[in-house]
Amino acid sequence: MPENSAGTMTPRRPAGTLYRGREGMWSWVLHRITGVAIFFFLLVHVLDTSMVAVAPEAYNAVIGTYKNPIMGLGELALVGAIAFHAFNGIRIILIDLWSKGAKYQRVMFYVVIGLWVVLMLGFAPRQIMVILSEVSG
Amino acid sequence: MATTIDSPRAPYSVPRKRGVNWEKWGWIYMRASGVVLIVLIFGHLFVNLVMGDGVKGIDFAFVAGKWASPFWQVWDLLMLWLAFIHGGNGMRTIVNDYATRPLTRKILLGAILVSVVAEIILGTWVIFGFDPCPAGSPADVLPSFCPVV
Ligand code: HEM
Ligand code: HEM
Repeated sequence: MPENSAGTMTPRRPAGTLYRGREGMWSWVLHRITGVAIFFFLLVHVLDTSMVAVAPEAYNAVIGTYKNPIMGLGELALVGAIAFHAFNGIRIILIDLWSKGAKYQRVMFYVVIGLWVVLMLGFAPRQIMVILSEVSG
Repeated sequence: MATTIDSPRAPYSVPRKRGVNWEKWGWIYMRASGVVLIVLIFGHLFVNLVMGDGVKGIDFAFVAGKWASPFWQVWDLLMLWLAFIHGGNGMRTIVNDYATRPLTRKILLGAILVSVVAEIILGTWVIFGFDPCPAGSPADVLPSFCPVV
């Protein structure tokens, strides 16, 4: 009896694929979107940091535009994106290098989500306090 | 002309290209740099966004104070190079996936390469080349170690 899917005649919904549908696919979509977002952030970030070479006042003016509630929420989103990309990056590495990685990819996806929630629960209150203190001055 | 078709089970080996397997090294680089970047970026975010007053505490004096130490210079230098090469290579993969017209692909890949190289040069120069105590600036925006004039 052939055991591999290629030898099975009845078409079945593939249960064990890594990238087609469900957790395997959505983690990939999110990994891609967060990677692109971080890349574009970094392009801008190095430009605004380079203002320190122009003049102290120029840098302070640029960084000043970050110190408002809208950017504060943007930073929250950025940290969320980085945290997902980083944790899921470890998941990808484990899928590739750990002998049981592919088998546990779905479990690891929920571990990634869990770690992400924990990190955000730690960071969000702190960030909201900073945002509130920006509003009240 | 008569063509003979190989039997389906005929052994066939893909001719291997000679030379360095760049895609393989790129694949390894994405994983190795990723592991290091976790430490560098989480550390960066913790020091700049969580410790002290958060973003509110960042100004020229803060940056000059950090870059007065070789530790943070090297930290940021590594982060700059690793993140841009990782991100640039990742963007290359994505462009190769979606840009189907050869010209579009060439333009996008060129744009990625140019921006990555330019940002790495700029960022490296800024870390080591900027003046923490520019003459003529009021003392209250400068780090405390600047000589009083
Ligand atoms: C925080 C640490 C990070 C880790 C652990 C990490 C890990 C990874 C891994 C394992 C991959 C998959 C590579 C492959 O499939 O061959 C990847 C892809 C990618 N990463 Fe990262 N990365 C990190 C930070 C970053 C940063 C800072 C950027 C942006 C500058 C970035 C942008 C990308 C992009 C654009 C891709 C391509 C996504 C795709 O092909 O779908 N990553 N990352
Ligand atoms: C909102 C969050 C962030 C804030 C407030 C922030 C702030 C800063 C500050 C104040 C500096 C000046 C030097 C220093 O403090 O070390 C800097 C430099 C730098 N940051 Fe960030 N950062 C943030 C997020 C990130 C992220 C997510 C990355 C990586 C993907 C990153 C990469 C860098 C790099 C490479 C430099 C050096 C720039 C250069 O060489 O000119 N930063 N950042």
